[in-house]
Amino acid sequence: MQRIGVFVCHCGSNIAATVDVKKVVEIIKNEPGVVHAEDYQYMCSEAGQAKIIEAVKEHKLTGIVVCSCSPRMHETTFRNAAARAGLNSYMVEIANIREQCSWIHKNIEEATEKAVILARAAVAKVNLNTPLFPGESRVTKRALVIGGGIAGIQTALDIADAGYEVDIVEKTPSIGGRMSQIDKTFPTLDCSACILTPKMVDAAAHKNISIYTYSEVENVSGFVGDFTVDIRKKARSVDMNKCTGCGVCQEKCPSKKTPSEFNRGLSNRSAIYTPFAQAIPNVPVIDREACIKFKTGKCGLCAKVCGAGAIDYEQEDEIVTRKYGAIVVATGFDMIKLDRFDEYAYSQSPDVITSFELERIMNAAGPTKGHLERMSDHKAPKDVVFIQCVGSRCSDERGKPYCSKVCCMYTAKHAMLIRDKYPDVNVTVFYIDVRTPGKNFDEFYRRAVEEYGVHYIKGQVGKVIPQADGSLLVRGVDLIDNRQILKKADMVVLAAAIEPNKDVRKIATMLTASIDTNNFLTEAHPKLRPVESPTAGIFLSGMSQGPKDIPETVAQAGAAAVKVIGLLAKDKLLTNPCTAKSDELLCNGCSQCANVCPYGAISYEEKLINDHGIKETRRVACVNTALCQGCGACTVTCPSGAMDLQGFSNRQIISEVDAICR
Amino acid sequence: MSINEEFRPNIVAFCCNWCSYAGADLAGSSRLAYPADVKIIKVPCSCRVNPMFILRAFEKGADGVIICGCHPGDCHYSTGNYYARRRMKLLFSMLDFIGVEKSRVRVEWVSAAEGVKFSQTMNEFVETVTKLGKNVRLEDLRCSK
Repeated sequence: MQRIGVFVCHCGSNIAATVDVKKVVEIIKNEPGVVHAEDYQYMCSEAGQAKIIEAVKEHKLTGIVVCSCSPRMHETTFRNAAARAGLNSYMVEIANIREQCSWIHKNIEEATEKAVILARAAVAKVNLNTPLFPGESRVTKRALVIGGGIAGIQTALDIADAGYEVDIVEKTPSIGGRMSQIDKTFPTLDCSACILTPKMVDAAAHKNISIYTYSEVENVSGFVGDFTVDIRKKARSVDMNKCTGCGVCQEKCPSKKTPSEFNRGLSNRSAIYTPFAQAIPNVPVIDREACIKFKTGKCGLCAKVCGAGAIDYEQEDEIVTRKYGAIVVATGFDMIKLDRFDEYAYSQSPDVITSFELERIMNAAGPTKGHLERMSDHKAPKDVVFIQCVGSRCSDERGKPYCSKVCCMYTAKHAMLIRDKYPDVNVTVFYIDVRTPGKNFDEFYRRAVEEYGVHYIKGQVGKVIPQADGSLLVRGVDLIDNRQILKKADMVVLAAAIEPNKDVRKIATMLTASIDTNNFLTEAHPKLRPVESPTAGIFLSGMSQGPKDIPETVAQAGAAAVKVIGLLAKDKLLTNPCTAKSDELLCNGCSQCANVCPYGAISYEEKLINDHGIKETRRVACVNTALCQGCGACTVTCPSGAMDLQGFSNRQIISEVDAICR
Repeated sequence: MSINEEFRPNIVAFCCNWCSYAGADLAGSSRLAYPADVKIIKVPCSCRVNPMFILRAFEKGADGVIICGCHPGDCHYSTGNYYARRRMKLLFSMLDFIGVEKSRVRVEWVSAAEGVKFSQTMNEFVETVTKLGKNVRLEDLRCSK
């Protein structure tokens, strides 16, 4: 029989306001095994932990139950306290009487009764706990960054500067990401490319950084410190080592009708292409779906004009398998598709564009060489209307419930840039709210209104109606003057909601990293661990975690890098000791457990077994504790009940069930 | 019916450590109430839930058992929730066969970000089980003595 101490935390009034902690202490004292019970204001405080350590010594405790907040908050705290008292840290169980009791129940009697039941279940479990000892695993001192936008580049640079090797895997032919498509950045109006491209060059030149562009993560296995990743290097059809980046192939390519991804479909590109002039690497790829050579077998012009002989039509996809200690997800964002917002006539009129398309139009390297033009007739517009929150803060399923965060600011930027360059153009912005929290943000917005004369109207637009003369009629409301507005425009710009890159789902599944209902990656803790995924060894950077602007992305990238560096600086990691264990006397070697094990942690050995005096050689299951992650799939599959999970044994869980159903 | 109005069911909820237990915590920190009849047991993965545990709970007088895991495709251990889904399908049809109402048992996918879903699910489940009344089919009266 264990000697158990129960420690009930008030958590200030978080628990004590709804749970009668004194009563819990009184009742729990009568449970089998409990030799000591007490309550305290803050069990997690130094004083609270000192009480636990003192009680362990005074009452010769062999097990501890702490009735407090979720084990996700303070399990480690109390395990460490137990260790300091000389106990095995796995002799501690937490009864979650805050998140799962006091915070959700109002009735004191009911909450107290439930707290007692939860405490009983924990006591019943501790009675069956045995000391467990973590193993050790090695750390591969290399990190993988998925996504080569500003988030990924910054994370990689910070990790590499600390002396660790980093690989960046980028799906498109060049690193740079969305920031490379942006013309100017708020609130300073810096040229986006001017501040990004030096970082791209730094990343490419860094001795610790390897960049895999036009590549995708295909498979991930392993765990923190020891991930094995298959990277598919898609066939570029151009030899990276031979190509000089002269660009002649792109000039001569006769297939020039593919919408340019970089220019958001506003211009066309050739079948052999580099996405933009400053692309890194400056090596084109052949889009095999557009290439005449690949479609018909004829052409081959690019190979003929290439002085370096770099064109290689025979090139095949290559799978590279590498090991990593940590993985950072920086897969970024896109704008939502607007096909379900037909009231804004996006699909009907080429003069209704998204803000991202305007970004390309305003850019000197864009489809109009930086001149503000309508895409229908290439005439300069006289009236431009911006519509905010297209799909953001949207209550129906067409859009997103959240605020996309950056739209208010980039719209102020666009409005300001247009008024600056074309003072004759009238600019009107329809908005629900203007949200400008951030350093120098509100000042920036006020400049747009006060200095540049941008006309802001609080109210939503109901419909954009294309007119016969090629103009657009915008029908909206002015909520402040409480009147309907009919406004003629030549160009309408939609601030479409931001959503995570669609590939993040696939990547999250490979990494077993959790994502929320909007497909943003979930943090290990929303406040205290904002750059870590709940899955150990997986870190989050940039928009894949939630909407944010460039400075926030760079800050988060640095934070993620620090976490990665902290991990890679360790030589060994402690592994979870809650692993499966087979009872060799019961095991009949049927292989069922090995079949369900996702980690290949179970093998079979011919072993000499002493079964109550009968010695014979049997085929029995052996668990490799370095590989076992402790899911427990094998324990339920085992037909003879030989397989059990340490820390969550059959007897322990049944004792909890019994305590709850008593 | 007067007995049913008074009746408060005893419900065991098995929650996987990675998604649903965190979802329950989020429901807690967001103060999304559900009845105190639900008591959570943490398991590493929904695939750790042995059908034996559920039978044991009913034998001991539980009125409903719910298993919560990560959404299909999101399992921390890649495939655990698929095993749970298959096993429970089989167990539930067997329970149905021996006369335990199917709605006393349930498998639900709740992610770490779905505090609202956790709370809603528990509210619905408690309501369903309350309507069914006490579980008598499998309860071993010798256990309660």
